[in-house]
Amino acid sequence: MKSKTKSRAARNKAWELLAAGLIRAVSYSIVVVIGYIVLDIVVKGLPAVNWDFISTFPRKSGSEGGILPAIVGTAYLVAGAIVVAMPLGMASAVYLSEYASQGRFTRIIRLAIITLAGVPSIVFGLFGLGLFVIFFGFGASILSGSLTLAFMILPTIIVSSEEALRAVPQSLREGSLALGATRWQTIYRNVLPYALPGMFTGSILGVGRAAGETAPILFTVAAFYLPRLPSSVFDQVMALPYHLYVLATQLPEAEKVLPLQYGTALVLLLLVLIFNLAAIVLRNHFRKKVQW
Amino acid sequence: MKTQTKIKVESLDFYYGQTQALFNVSMEIAEKQVTALIGPSGCGKSTFLRMFNRMNDIIDGTWHTGRVLIENMDIYNNGIDVVALRKKVGMVFQKSNPFPKSIYDNVVYGPKIHGVRGKAELDEIVERSLRDAALWEEVKDRLDLNAMQLSGGQQQRLCIARALAVEPDILLMDEPASALDPKSTARVENLIGELRRNYTIVIVTHNMQQAARVSDFTGFFYEGRLVEFDATEVIFTKPKNRQTEDYITGRFG
Repeated sequence: MKSKTKSRAARNKAWELLAAGLIRAVSYSIVVVIGYIVLDIVVKGLPAVNWDFISTFPRKSGSEGGILPAIVGTAYLVAGAIVVAMPLGMASAVYLSEYASQGRFTRIIRLAIITLAGVPSIVFGLFGLGLFVIFFGFGASILSGSLTLAFMILPTIIVSSEEALRAVPQSLREGSLALGATRWQTIYRNVLPYALPGMFTGSILGVGRAAGETAPILFTVAAFYLPRLPSSVFDQVMALPYHLYVLATQLPEAEKVLPLQYGTALVLLLLVLIFNLAAIVLRNHFRKKVQW
Repeated sequence: MKTQTKIKVESLDFYYGQTQALFNVSMEIAEKQVTALIGPSGCGKSTFLRMFNRMNDIIDGTWHTGRVLIENMDIYNNGIDVVALRKKVGMVFQKSNPFPKSIYDNVVYGPKIHGVRGKAELDEIVERSLRDAALWEEVKDRLDLNAMQLSGGQQQRLCIARALAVEPDILLMDEPASALDPKSTARVENLIGELRRNYTIVIVTHNMQQAARVSDFTGFFYEGRLVEFDATEVIFTKPKNRQTEDYITGRFG
């Protein structure tokens, strides 16, 4: 009887060790995968990245020279996407969390947002082609590409903005309303100032995603090669992810340009990393400042 | 004691969706007196208090029947300006909720919203409100300090000052001292004693001794019903209702 309980205890302990070890191994493996990808790109890409690489135009359809127009193009597209998606997303978040009564209608809106978040990016690309490029007649242009990217990152911005708004204590709203403030005065003076840092952070994370997407810009803006920088929002641009795709699949001497591919990947990775880092720094900065 | 009626409630039923929280409550609240609402948790006394400045409006799915009149005006009439009502009926909450702004900005928040712009006028409002809330001496040299750095008791008095700054007639207090230590509680209670000269005060409290100390009238709520309402000395010395007696003597609650 006694030895039976003893052996059960030993078995439990063995299972405990096994389970803990397994779970730990799985979570470590994530770090290993990410680490390998980053390390591989850095090691193979770093030799190709120098001032010339990021400040000159590509030559011989990209098999020589730099990636300046692709960097500039991605910057424009991302900026355009922010300008469109941030106001739209933040306004929707304010409506959903501050104004709308929680009923059937808001459930439908939320369902739409979740669905939007789950739509494959190539579908956004086709949607952009149909609506902006053809129907609105914007052509393949920065405008079409930015709008397409904006709709793709809208759910991220709405969801994270709503979260930031919910983090503002209800007591601040009640206190303001009880003093005779209207809803808008309450939101504008006593909710938004404390929610904005969080809203921006979430938005920047969405922006990181927009910078790296290829499918949505494939039909709406991306150019194979352009000899000059864009001069208006109706111009096409090159973009880093698409340029990478071109280098990897569209050139006969793919082996020869391998360093350039890795260099481009590294620049893109750095760009996204900088965005995310900025978001984290901003968040920490404001989190320290606001205290309830 | 001859007093005038400030707030009149007529057969009020209140619902959160399907759940009824108040049952046929009628009450007359006297002007420039302190009226305490007591009762166990969940008895509806806070809900009842929040009827007077229509704070229940902001909770989805609430509705009521019956009437609430302030100075003979039905405050739930369609034509009523809720902003004007809330300016007239100030509120202090259970959990002190200073805004994460400076002390000064907390006090001027209300006046600014109601259109006061002049610096001199705002300065004067700040001093007067803080004095009335018995906080001026402690903070006059550091008005730009973030209000979150004040002690709990100071924060609650700041919230009172903030409510006074818009010059209300009526002050609603929802367990204003329940989160405070005994010393801060005593200060807030003294303050209520001062304020009753100029304001009609309705205070919700868990603490029976507090109700006995600060109020002129006391209403006892139980399970959404107003069980007994009378002068405080009557409630605490010879209550007519058995439930009231059991509650104030601590036999349940």
